[in-house]
Formats: sequence, structure tokens, C-alpha cells
Amino acid sequence: MKPIRHQFVCAAIAVTGTAQAATLSVAPGPDAQERLQTALIEAKPGDTIDIAAGRYELTDGLSLDVDRVTVKGAGPGATILSFKGQKGAGEGLLVTSDDVVLRNFAVEDSKGDGIKSKGANRIVYADLRVEWTGGPKETNGAYGIYPVESKHILIDRVTVRAASDAGIYVGQSDQIVVRNSIAMYNVAGIEIENSYNADVHQNVAMHNTGGILVFDLPSLPQMGGHSVRVFGNRVTKNDTPNFAPKGNIVASVPVGTGVLVMANRDVTVFGNLIGDNQSANVMLIAYSQSYKDPKYNPLPRNVTVRDNQHGRSGWAPAFAPEGPPREMLGAAGIAVLWDGLGQAVRSTDAVTTFTMGYSQPGDGPEKARPAPVDLSGGSPLREPGRVVLPEQMEAAAR
Amino acid sequence: MKPALALMGAWLLLVSTSPVVVTTTLGPKPVQLNLILGNTLPQFLSEFRFFLPKSSGMRPNAGVTSYALNTSLFSDYAEKYRYIWIPKGKKARYTADGVFDFPVGTAIIKSFGYPADFRKPRNQVRLIETRLLLRRSSGWVALPYVWNADGTEAELKRAGKRIDVSFTLASGITHSISYAVPNVNQCKGCHDLKGVLTPIGPKARNLNDGVQLAAWQKAGLLDSAPADAPAVPRFEDVRASVDARARAYLDINCGHCHNRDGPANTSGLWLDWHQKADVILGLNKRPTAAGRGSGNLDFAIEPGKPDRSYLITRMESLDPGIAMPELGRATVHEEGVALLKRWIGELKPAS
Repeated sequence: MKPIRHQFVCAAIAVTGTAQAATLSVAPGPDAQERLQTALIEAKPGDTIDIAAGRYELTDGLSLDVDRVTVKGAGPGATILSFKGQKGAGEGLLVTSDDVVLRNFAVEDSKGDGIKSKGANRIVYADLRVEWTGGPKETNGAYGIYPVESKHILIDRVTVRAASDAGIYVGQSDQIVVRNSIAMYNVAGIEIENSYNADVHQNVAMHNTGGILVFDLPSLPQMGGHSVRVFGNRVTKNDTPNFAPKGNIVASVPVGTGVLVMANRDVTVFGNLIGDNQSANVMLIAYSQSYKDPKYNPLPRNVTVRDNQHGRSGWAPAFAPEGPPREMLGAAGIAVLWDGLGQAVRSTDAVTTFTMGYSQPGDGPEKARPAPVDLSGGSPLREPGRVVLPEQMEAAAR
Repeated sequence: MKPALALMGAWLLLVSTSPVVVTTTLGPKPVQLNLILGNTLPQFLSEFRFFLPKSSGMRPNAGVTSYALNTSLFSDYAEKYRYIWIPKGKKARYTADGVFDFPVGTAIIKSFGYPADFRKPRNQVRLIETRLLLRRSSGWVALPYVWNADGTEAELKRAGKRIDVSFTLASGITHSISYAVPNVNQCKGCHDLKGVLTPIGPKARNLNDGVQLAAWQKAGLLDSAPADAPAVPRFEDVRASVDARARAYLDINCGHCHNRDGPANTSGLWLDWHQKADVILGLNKRPTAAGRGSGNLDFAIEPGKPDRSYLITRMESLDPGIAMPELGRATVHEEGVALLKRWIGELKPAS
């Protein structure tokens, strides 16, 4: 069975220059896998794939490789792509083309990642839900929303729950906005990794292990993560014990971490509400594992923390060995924690601020000399500018 | 046997023993170049005439040349039947490293099938699918055709298909699997180099078995066949070194995605033949975006420690969230796993 193709002329045509844009409609029922995948293959640039409300039980990952296609459902609670019975492919939906808009549907229980886009420039993720419906489990897929190696990414009003790595993960990309989204019960709520120029704002990151992470890792095609602003977010009650498979970098995130900045430069964390995080509200650290990449810089550089509103923090820091060390540090109630490494690390928040007193990356707890530290001195640091995305992306998300 | 089929069998017997079958003397109609070149999506494989009529895709037409790779991608133990067809008067240009430069009009044809019992590999072969790579003027196009149960025709299935398959290996083990015919996007998922669809197999090092390149040249398919062409060993060839066999296996099974320009480049794990043995080959490489694929282990390959290498974990898993390769594997390739375990076991731990 083929999807129905409604031919019609719309206002966008004059802009895009195509003769006709079509809508390919897909409804629930038998052969949903084949009908949906056929629509994703047969779509022409400019077309819309309209997925009607209902549950779609899918056996294999779906994929889209056509530029300028919009895939839309009837709402993140209404159009549900369920991968509970998935037998193959590493993700629920894979996008490998440019100028794609994904909106108004849900992806549930994929065996691997939820929605991945690779080399997909100017992609818009809006009004989506990606969820593992059994709650936090190590057997859940790794990433909920997973754009990688792309320029211009907009993630707006999405909800991700129970990813065993990061709910919203942006890797090796440039010009990124993540906003108005909700990440709950994931190991990492939102993670920006090996990426340049990101604005992460007006999101809610609650009940994860760690709320918002800004990371850089060695030995990858794109390194040197920089220019990230984390602002206006609510990063509270990140209290889910770490359930990531070991070996992955997020498996080392202590439960109760608010915002964690690692091995990046030019990062500003401001105007957030951060609280009820048992390890620390904000952590600024170096990459601590061994590596052999001479081009990699493991240190935080030029990082500013300012104007955040802090709630309770640090009463049981999970990074400290259990027993007296944890109790002692817990009594201090650390809000901002620095490992002592890097250059130009600044915090003007009037809260309990500690250094671990490490002298080089890789120092373990036995080298820790935790002590209060004042990071507020000196003139303000240069901060990254606002990320401005192409107007057609903003229009597509409205 | 149903009466109709029995009757058909008798008829075939009659025809094959009859001395006056004139139709065969006219010869089969030639391969349809216009369909290879055209901008269409032929619905049936028979339209191309790559195979002789009524041969169930098992007997190639004139000019359709069978070939083999030294080590080939594991596809759930399926037997693969490879053919190439190049328009008369044209030939591929040899290159030592990458895929040969094939002229417009080339068709690369690969059928997948199973004998009912691998102890009798030529008996009762059931073809499941035939994949075409067509070199059109716009570039390569991938089309998957799925055979009907009678083996009389294969139909285009651009969205892929799942087919229940049972077979018995030479070891006597029987597998019943859900065989996945890839959709056209998944074809590109492997055949992708810098975003462009590209063949994988027909490279000098995969074809060079001492005679095949010269045979291609003699048949007019290839412009030259240098004596010093590179070669990878057959992965099961015990006369070759374990290192060369393991690298050949990784190259053809993983290296098409896991290379600098391939779909898995962002993992920073590159497993192609030319990758030097360092962290990028996986030696003491920590997971990047592996998720559950890490198997709770620290390194893709921990030299000397196959049981602590998640490359092995992923080869041994059938869970779509863990298994590698991501597509086309519903069984574990025991022989491949054994080879790579041995290879990792023999690697010297880093100093």
C-alpha cells in the first residue's frame, strides 16, 4: 500500500522554488512499518509527511534521507511511534538530510537511540516526546534526541525521559539552540559535547543524575568545545541514581549534579535556578581520564558562573568517598565546586564555593584537598555571544 | 507434491531431454542497458535480464560475470552470489586503494540466499533477495529486489522487508531468523562515503586472489591488473597471519562505516584496512556514544583482553541497541568472533 499523495499548492512554494509540495499521509494499521518507511523514501524535497494520530508498532528503525521534508504528527501524546518490538537498527528514527523539520509526535521504547540526525544541517526538533516508558533502566537506549556532526540545530519544546545516557545530546556540532524543553529521569538531562556555539536556555532538567552537561572528549573528529551559554534553566532535584552502562563518560557523573562543565572554553552559566542537587549545583572540572591525543585540552578555560539562584546543594556529595569525607564535605553544603584545574574559572554567585585542590588532570580523591575558595576576583571575563539561527528554522518551530 | 507441480516437473524433464528445442539456439535477449541508465525504478528484477529466464536468478546472462571477494561481509550466514556487468567497449579503471572507477552503465549484482542445508550447499538454494548497484550518470543507485517464494520473480522493495528464514549450518546447528532486507536508506547507511553512495567490495585488495584481477582484465572489465596489487587474506585462511586476517575481517565488516568519511566517523573508531594500530583503531579507546554497547567495559579493544573489549561484546549481541553491525545481523558470527578474540588476545598491552 502506498501513502496517499495530496497535491496542492501552498505559500511556501514561491519561497522554495519547487513546482508543487505534497503531503503524504500515513495512518495507523497493518504494514505501518512499510507504509511509513515508503513515505520517508518517496517524499520529495518540500513535501510533508503527515502521520495521523494513533500507535504505530514498528519492527525496524525508520530513516529519512531527503532534504527539506517535514515529518509531523498530531501531537506528542497522539502520534506514537513505538519501537517496543524493534528487531533491527541502532535508533528509532534516523535523519541524514538537510533542512528537515520533525514535530508533533512521540518515539517510545527504541532499543538504541530515539531520534538521531547525522550530518543533517538546519534540523528542527519541535514539540516531540522521546521516552522509555518503563522509567530509568540500564537497558534503555542511550540518547533521546541525538543530533551529531551538524551545523544549525534547533531543539524546542521537546520532552525526553529515561535515556540511559543523555536525554538531549548534541555532539560534534556548531550553532545550537536547546530551549523550552524538559529532560527528566535520564542519566544526563541535556548534554552538549565537543560542540561550538550553543545556547541552552529555558529548559527544565529535573530528576536526572546530572542536569545539564557541557563536555569535551579526546580522540574525536571534532574537539575543542567552546562558546556555550547555559541560562534561564531550572536544574533541580537531580536525584536519580546513575544507571548508565559503565565505560561511558556519563557513568562517572555523581548523582545530584546540577550543571557540569568539563574541558571546555568560553562557557557562561547564568540566571538559572539550580537547587536540591545533593552533590553540587555547579561543577567546573577537567577531563580526568588518561588520553593520548596531543590536540586535546582537558582543562576548563574562561568559564563564568554568575547571577544564578541557588537552592539547597551538596549535602551528600556522591563524588566523595562514603563515610567521613562525604559527611565532612556534606556539612559544608557546596554549591559551586571547582576541581582546581584550568584557567580563568570565575564564579560570582554568593554561595558556598570549594576547590578540590587538584594539581593535575587525573588526580584522584586521595589527592583532594577540599577547601573554600573565592572565584569572584578579577575583571569580568569575555562571554560568548548569542546563537542566531536562520529565520526559516525559527519559523518552522513556531 | 501437488499435481500441478508434478505435471510441471514432467514437462521440464521432457523439454530438457528433447533434441528439438529451437528456442535456446536463438540465445537469450541481452541485458537491458537502458534500464540501468534510465531514471526509472523497474518493479521487477527480470526486466533487466541479468539472469537467464526460468533460472531463478541462478544462471547469469551473457556478459554478466561472477566474482568473489577474499573476505566478505557477514550477513547471517547467507551465501552471496556476486556478478558484474559493464557495457561493451567500456571498462573499469584500476586503482590500488579504493573502489575501482566504474563506467556509467555498470551494474553490480549481489544475490543472497540459503541452501536448505549447508552440508549440501548447492542443493535447494533459496534466493531471498538480489541487490543492485547501478551506475547512472547521476551516480550510484541502490535497489533491493525480494524473491517470491517460488523463486520465479524478484520485486522491488524500496522500504525493505522482513522474511522468516531457516537454515542448517555445516556444523549441524539450525537457525530460524527474521532476515532483514534493507531499505534503500539502509543501503546508503553502509554504502556511504562523504554522503555519496559508493560500492564497497570491488577494490583491488578484496578481489586480488592471484587470478581474479587478471581474469577481469582479460574479460575486458578492467583496464589493468598490476602484479603488485594489494590483497587482503580470506579471514578463515590459516596460512595468513592472525593480524592480517583480523584486519581483513574488520575492514569489510566494519570499515565501510567506521572510517574517516563513513557514517560512523563521529565515533572516532575507525576500523578500515589502512588505519594504524592506535586509539582510533580501538586500542584502549573509551566509548563515545556507545550507550549500552559499552557492555560495562572501558575499552573497545583492551589489548590482550578480549573479554574486556566491548568490540567483542557488540559482535556477540543480538540486541539492536548493542549489536554491531547495526544492520543485517540476527545471528552471531561465531567464526568471526573467535578470530577477533584470538587477535585481541595476541595484542600486546600498551606500555
